[in-house]
Amino acid sequence: MLKYLLPFLLFIALAVFLALGLKLNPKDIPSPLIDKPAPAFSLPILGIPEKKLSNQDLQGQVWLLNVWASWCASCREEHPVLLQLAQQSSVTLVGLNYKDQAYAAIEWLSNLGNPYTVSLMDSEGRTGIDYGVYGVPETFVIDKRGVIRYKHTGAVTADDLEKVFMPLINQLEAEVL
Amino acid sequence: MKILVILCLSLLTSLSYAEIEHHDFQSLEQEQSYQTLISELRCLVCQNQTIADSNAALAKDLRRQVYEMLQQGQSQQQIADFMTERYGDFVLYNPNFNLKTGLLWLGPALFLLIGLIAVLLFARKKTNSESGLTDEQKSQLAKILDEGEKP
Repeated sequence: MLKYLLPFLLFIALAVFLALGLKLNPKDIPSPLIDKPAPAFSLPILGIPEKKLSNQDLQGQVWLLNVWASWCASCREEHPVLLQLAQQSSVTLVGLNYKDQAYAAIEWLSNLGNPYTVSLMDSEGRTGIDYGVYGVPETFVIDKRGVIRYKHTGAVTADDLEKVFMPLINQLEAEVL
Repeated sequence: MKILVILCLSLLTSLSYAEIEHHDFQSLEQEQSYQTLISELRCLVCQNQTIADSNAALAKDLRRQVYEMLQQGQSQQQIADFMTERYGDFVLYNPNFNLKTGLLWLGPALFLLIGLIAVLLFARKKTNSESGLTDEQKSQLAKILDEGEKP
């Protein structure tokens, strides 16, 4: 009996592993930055380049860092979802305008609408490296203590917003310092 | 007119040269460290290429990062750690041995061990009942052979 059952069980186990492997997204690389303090930055503000904003300025509130660029196709797909987020929540949404031209970025926002509380210019992609950015768009959720709690790679869908982001934002906003 | 054409053409060639990266190193050793590092770091955009091989914008930025850190006098280990802190173990083609990468490193040895055990078990089973005959069949066989020998 075991003689026949064992190969069968081994086959089932192999099939399960392969099926799981098919479902995994190879582009989704777990970030080592989760539960670590958000890397420091001090970057010029898009549209007001003489003014700078640093991560210290955002301490004490829950904020989102959304990495975007006018040259990024998936960002266009994600954009309506971010507009929806800005409409239904008062959470601070910081845009990291990654390796982009200021004029192109400003034009993009005036054409499609601006969901961001503020956008910062990372024209050389150095802050991007500190945040381990490898595929735009990426979205980080940072808590009141300035700790990264969640990272999403790729375009945020309406479904992600409703099922992942909003509950997490509400939970983090309820946290007491 | 000819001179003008030649001038225009020479402008074109300098443009194509501008695409090639040029780095000045303080020593041969530093250049070697640079080459080692960029061929051990994975480009996360095109995942089966090193940042040395890749033309992706991110690979270019990471090469620049490696170069700058070497210029600041940082060691290979420090630079590898810098990358792992940001991109995870996946960024290294030879990841450090730790709890998460343990299975990756020990997996092949584990499979070899399983295979060896299976072969041993199989071989032993074979020697135990070499012919696969029962005792009754064996005595029957001996009888037949015995009969055959008689004239």
